[in-house]
Amino acid sequence: MFAQSDLQTLLLGRLTLDAIPYHEPILVATFAMVALGGLTVFSLLTWFKLWGPLWTDWVTSIDHKKIGIMYIVLALVMLMRGFADAVMMRAQQAISFGDNAGFLPPHHYDQLFTVHGVIMIFFVAMPLVTGLMNFVVPLQIGARDVAFPFLNNFSFWMTAMGAMLVMASLFIGEFGKTGWLAYPPLSGIVASPDVGVDYYIWSLQIAGVGTLLSGVNLIATIVKMRAPGMTMMRMPIFTWTALCTNVLIVAAFPVLTAVLALLSMDRYLGTAFFSNDLGGNAMMYVNLIWIWGHPEVYILILPAFGVFSEIVSTFCSKRLFGYSSMVYATVVITILSYLVWLHHFFTMGSGASVNSFFGITTMIISIPTGAKIFNWLFTMYRGRIRFEVPMLWTIGFMITFVIGGMTGVLLAVPSADFVLHNSLFLIAHFHNVIIGGVVFGMFAGINYWFPKAFGYKLDEFWGKMSFWFWTIGFYVAFMPLYVLGLMGVTRRLSHFDDPSLQIWFQIAFVGALLIAVGIGSFVVQLAVSYVRREALRDVTGDPWGGRTLEWATSSPPPAYNFAFTPRVHDTDAWADMKASGYTRPLGGFVPIHMPKNTPAGFVIAAMSAVLGFALIWHMWLIAGLSFMTMMTTIIAHTFNYKRDFYIPAEDVTRTEDARTRLMTNA
Amino acid sequence: MNAPTLEFAAVAPEPALQQTASKQFHVLEHHPENGTLLGFWLYLMSDCLIFACLFATYAVLGHSYAAGPSGKDLFDLPLVAVNTSLLLLSSITYGFAMLTMQQKQMRATLIWLAVTGVLGAGFVTLELTEFAHLIQEGAGPQRSAFLSSFFTLVGTHGLHVTCGLIWLVTLMVQLGMHGFSEANQRRLQCLSMFWHFLDVIWIGVFTFVYLMGSMA
Amino acid sequence: MSTAHTHDATPGSAAAHGERHGSSHGHRHGDGHGDGHGHGHGSDGHDHGSLLTYVTGFLLSVILTAIPFWLVMAKVLPSQQVTALVILGFAAVQVVVHMVYFLHMNARAEGGWNMLAMIFTVMVVVITLSGSLWVMYHLNHNMMPTPAHQMREMP
Repeated sequence: MFAQSDLQTLLLGRLTLDAIPYHEPILVATFAMVALGGLTVFSLLTWFKLWGPLWTDWVTSIDHKKIGIMYIVLALVMLMRGFADAVMMRAQQAISFGDNAGFLPPHHYDQLFTVHGVIMIFFVAMPLVTGLMNFVVPLQIGARDVAFPFLNNFSFWMTAMGAMLVMASLFIGEFGKTGWLAYPPLSGIVASPDVGVDYYIWSLQIAGVGTLLSGVNLIATIVKMRAPGMTMMRMPIFTWTALCTNVLIVAAFPVLTAVLALLSMDRYLGTAFFSNDLGGNAMMYVNLIWIWGHPEVYILILPAFGVFSEIVSTFCSKRLFGYSSMVYATVVITILSYLVWLHHFFTMGSGASVNSFFGITTMIISIPTGAKIFNWLFTMYRGRIRFEVPMLWTIGFMITFVIGGMTGVLLAVPSADFVLHNSLFLIAHFHNVIIGGVVFGMFAGINYWFPKAFGYKLDEFWGKMSFWFWTIGFYVAFMPLYVLGLMGVTRRLSHFDDPSLQIWFQIAFVGALLIAVGIGSFVVQLAVSYVRREALRDVTGDPWGGRTLEWATSSPPPAYNFAFTPRVHDTDAWADMKASGYTRPLGGFVPIHMPKNTPAGFVIAAMSAVLGFALIWHMWLIAGLSFMTMMTTIIAHTFNYKRDFYIPAEDVTRTEDARTRLMTNA
Repeated sequence: MNAPTLEFAAVAPEPALQQTASKQFHVLEHHPENGTLLGFWLYLMSDCLIFACLFATYAVLGHSYAAGPSGKDLFDLPLVAVNTSLLLLSSITYGFAMLTMQQKQMRATLIWLAVTGVLGAGFVTLELTEFAHLIQEGAGPQRSAFLSSFFTLVGTHGLHVTCGLIWLVTLMVQLGMHGFSEANQRRLQCLSMFWHFLDVIWIGVFTFVYLMGSMA
Repeated sequence: MSTAHTHDATPGSAAAHGERHGSSHGHRHGDGHGDGHGHGHGSDGHDHGSLLTYVTGFLLSVILTAIPFWLVMAKVLPSQQVTALVILGFAAVQVVVHMVYFLHMNARAEGGWNMLAMIFTVMVVVITLSGSLWVMYHLNHNMMPTPAHQMREMP
């Protein structure tokens, strides 16, 4: 009897049958749906014999375009999960008044707001941004791939494994109940002895490694692999924002790694960094995590700014107004973003001098952002604006983001923040900038570059439906929160007593439903576009009259991106090529040097996920084994010196000839 | 709805025209520079920030002794001096390995790498001895915030040195297998940067933690 | 405004530019990916050091290490604050020595990107360290009005 339980502890740690939430009907129903969906996908893949292609063409692929697409698919799947959480929270708050306790017990509600934040930031916004950069940047700079293609694949799988751990917490154990930044002492071992915070720590650490490496990778790509003639000041704005974002990633994510490591030391080894006794100081955690956290919001928004810049100039058919001021604004934001972190905890008590310094820096950072808005407006001024779906998202962004920015400047005043801190006003503010900025930007980007990735445009009607429902839904959902926040309602509450507040929450719930229709429309848009793909087909490779290099190649681009590396003479290289009578080369192709696919990245990432899971549940034996396996795989991979091959000239000729035929038949 | 015209892209050009067009718009073959050294440097910079956080934590919590022992009670400066010399020596022996690599002397390179490895292993061993001694005295990382931050900062550096040692051994095997291939030379350069970078961190550790801690 | 293209590059000047780009990186290699091949050495602005630089660096760092240890262990200077400042100064100099002689930092390596990355990192490190100390000092001052010497004795 004893021996058996010892063995169980050795193998399973603290994981027991009680950790499976079979007594929670909502979770059981969710699990049933997920299982059914998973089974369907599994059988479809088996039926159509797609496991092989899935493995060779996608899982092990080091092609930056496929990795970019996988990032975006991951983000969209996680968006469904994160949004489902949001709807549940909105529903709970809309009904949970007075005697009505709502349908979510507090411990479930607390997990919901935590997991919603974590998923939306780390596993929706981040993969969307990284995915777009991965797909677009090498094409925009005329490169064949990123600087470290294997690392790219590995980074993706680390992010995906982090997401998988978060999803596992839904059905095995629980997630943190601490809010998305897991402040101690609440996240310490005394207040949160369960596995929730451990899921939080390890999923973020694993995904964080991926994010950091992809940051290094894209910087090296942009610095080293630009096409001849593309000087720094001829780079497309999206590439510039991608560069700055990745600089921020490389200089910010180590801070997150370090601070989460300190938290896990407190939880696992009993150290006293953030504890209430033995000299620990929980405020140091808050300080450090916001040194990461503030650059993080610029990591998310800068690429969106880049997307809008590309779209505005394309759909106004003119050069971007104030290219260099745009570049300088981006660089200034990059640097200033390290000087404002304290505005997230004005109320913690640093006093007047510290608060006023950070209040002023926060107000200063809105200046370059404002300059960008004016640049876009001046680009549109007297342009021939084509109001297609990407442009609609852009205009929606400009209006929404300005409102969000202004409420941000309001919050930057420390004395105002003492009233509004942790209120629903804050919630409304950051949703206003993240949805109005990042989400709109990513939808704009997806609509804009989808034809490049798949060879056909997205359906316009459903795109407009998606845009309008998202935009109207956003305003209906979040404007009431501004009102509630000004009335003093704080965040993260699952129950209210004052019935006069209820109407605002009900309006917000309607807004969430409208956004749901917006998301649904987007899914329908994808499906309808796939069905109508022949009608929407683009054979030119340049469906919008684009201005940058990615439109110079076919849609979808061949594995090698460009048969010949383009020579760049101007910003807006492709517009310049078209204007000076570019002709597509039809012969004389040479073999192209390319990196080779490898399963190593997937295997190492999978091992690290096993390691993370084992550490969460204190399965020390399995943790040790998976760690050894992971290290062995890494070392074994360094013994692989043959990581590249040549695409023969005949293959290139065949691919290019096929495109020539398509273009002449069209 | 569709974009401006693209007829010039779709029309097959005259062969002669194609030649001139190619020169203006294309290069026949483009070899981007290898980005490994830059990429590795960027990684080191990010690692530097991890240490910055640990230093900041030590700076903030380093005097929270919780009525326990302070650095003055615990630190054994002669031992730290020995440790520092080991690391400094290993730096120059790695430098010699790089110099012999440039002269393509395999045997000498391997010997200098081995010496570096032995010195590094000595460093890690001494550090572990120091840690074991402290824990035995009841001054383990759980004792106070000061000791938590001390063990974490110094231990993270030691962990890096350990990783460097594993890498060093792996690289020696690979040198034996593939000689001074360009890939191997680049790897030696990366490890060189890593090793000297750890040296730089150690300067901060012995000054800020040990020396200043022994005074206060 | 800028609807018209300012197309300044004639084919001739463009080709010249391209050649300049090509020749400015005088090394050749067959691989942009992974570890298959690499570029030759010596032309990429990387300084690999010589016996002289390594030995100079080593001697300097020995001196710069020994003096602080001596200052602290022999209690040479009268005041602790002065000693602390002096040894921090020595550490800063030694960091530069290691950067120059062992890491071969210069403004040319990787087209200046290494230097740029380092400057940016140093900036962020300084912000993190000084900012944390400043913020946390004020937090402690305002929120835990306990004198420092009592803090040390706090359980």
